[in-house]
Amino acid sequence: MSDYRIKTLVFVGLSLSFLGYTAWIYFHKEREDHPANAAAQHGKMIWQEKNCGSCHQLYGLGGHLGPDLTNVYASKPEAYIRAILSAGTPVMPNFHLSENEKADLIEFFKYTNSTGTSSPKSFTLHADGTISK
Amino acid sequence: MPMAPYQNKNNYAAPFITTGLILLCSALLFGLLAAIQYIVPGWGRDTFSFEKLRPLHVSSAVFWIIAGAMGTVLTYLQEHNQKPLKNKALVKWQFYLFAASFAGILISYFFGVFSGREYWEFHPLFAIPITIGWILFIINFTTNHLKLKGAPVYVWMWFTGAVFFLFTYLESNLWLIPGVRNHLVKDMTIQWKSYGSMVGAWNQLIYGSSIYLMDKIAGNKKYSHSPIAFGLYFLGLFNLMFNWGHHIYTLPAHAAIQYIAYIVSMTELYLFGRIIYLWKSSVTTARKNIHIRPFQFLLSADIWVFMTLGLAIAMSVPVLNLYMHGTHVIVAHTMGATIGINSLLLLAFAYDMAGSQGEVMTRNKKLIDRGIVLTNISLFVFWLALIIAGFMKSFWQMSDTTEPFGAMMLRLQPYFRVFYIAGLGLATGLGMVIYPLLKKQWTKRLTRNAASEFSGGSYQEKAVEIA
Repeated sequence: MSDYRIKTLVFVGLSLSFLGYTAWIYFHKEREDHPANAAAQHGKMIWQEKNCGSCHQLYGLGGHLGPDLTNVYASKPEAYIRAILSAGTPVMPNFHLSENEKADLIEFFKYTNSTGTSSPKSFTLHADGTISK
Repeated sequence: MPMAPYQNKNNYAAPFITTGLILLCSALLFGLLAAIQYIVPGWGRDTFSFEKLRPLHVSSAVFWIIAGAMGTVLTYLQEHNQKPLKNKALVKWQFYLFAASFAGILISYFFGVFSGREYWEFHPLFAIPITIGWILFIINFTTNHLKLKGAPVYVWMWFTGAVFFLFTYLESNLWLIPGVRNHLVKDMTIQWKSYGSMVGAWNQLIYGSSIYLMDKIAGNKKYSHSPIAFGLYFLGLFNLMFNWGHHIYTLPAHAAIQYIAYIVSMTELYLFGRIIYLWKSSVTTARKNIHIRPFQFLLSADIWVFMTLGLAIAMSVPVLNLYMHGTHVIVAHTMGATIGINSLLLLAFAYDMAGSQGEVMTRNKKLIDRGIVLTNISLFVFWLALIIAGFMKSFWQMSDTTEPFGAMMLRLQPYFRVFYIAGLGLATGLGMVIYPLLKKQWTKRLTRNAASEFSGGSYQEKAVEIA
């Protein structure tokens, strides 16, 4: 078999495996991944439009200036979250959200909280280097 | 197999590099402004807030890498083919589309227009010109070099980078489909799959160009046709495709994603071991070529490859990842990769294309020398400060403390101050390196100088002269 043919076969083999893996990622159903309701969907769009992820994280992914908000709905009272959204903080600007927008953003936090726990403390560490819940 | 002389008659690729360098200046400026908010919390809160400054910094940096990589590939492709690009109008359109998109996106941030995606984000409408521009890049590449048979490894890498960037970029826009975006875990999985592999794609373009440049410095193409070069290329491709899962170990996604990413990432230990094994011969090569300006950048990038790869392998072990995820260790890794590797390699190519001869380069020799040293020292301090701050945050995350987030951030202030001062040094060092390149009025003179400097074996002739 020629050198070129071997290279082509390796390239095609890897590419097909990648496409297969990609298809599985797209179409398999995650156990915990239920869809957001209409209000949470709108809340997610507000989260994106205001670029909240530049400072805050979801599941440890995002900016580092503010805290991770995946489970904020469980750790802080709703009134507290609403107050922060209404007035901002010394670091976070007031985004002048309407009452509906605040309610939908809180609904989004309720949804993110329902998908799982982001705290690294919630994982079990295994000797083979893997982690699990 | 000596590299034959080539008199390059066109400079269509030069504007990409010049634009890239301007974008690098923009990334440094907005990075410094954004970082003020770490040492003076609340600074610019109502005028120049972090949600605007961060994308200005990140997008400028990513555009510098993309523009620099495209310009380099198009320039080196002409040298490799020993003839100019076939369709100059198409290259011009490619440039105009990207330049307009870069400008439009940066301006849109000032008006608070975001897509809010982590980490590279802008309004989805800009995806249209960027996608068309990238398709033009693929057409420009393939119409000038379609044959992979007998091609050196860097041509395979350029081809791979061009195709996979398009694939991963399109994939990063799948959130526009409601069925994807309304399932948080699925959305975040696809998001990090695409962005993780996209970095691998632009690395193929940049690392391919660095192999081309090393061949040029060596004066032959032995390495780029060797089985080990192709072996390492396929190892890189394998990781590009399957190791992205280390970004999302803590996401409640399918466990298989963790296992696949963990096992695949560990194959990088071979690269790490190879760097250590070849350390002695690397030092010999370094002593031989250290007088060559582009080689100085390649050498710096090599050291950063070693450190960044070491950190990346550690981050790929899920248990260790747990202690680094969501902390500034990740930022340190990103900075090491984008500045220490990507930017230094792109600057090596830029100096290679600009040539070390001529009044501007001769007059600024000391400035460039000092700039390289200052860049590397500052980046190391910057990197270390972020790693220490990251581990401090990690202990906070993993402990049972009731200390609020704000109090923890205040505790990290000394490290943030060091990080900021080092950032100032880094921006100054890079500025000292960029200034002569921009001053040389690249768009007009780049390839003319490059042709005389690069005409196969010029580095060897120079080495003989110096000896």
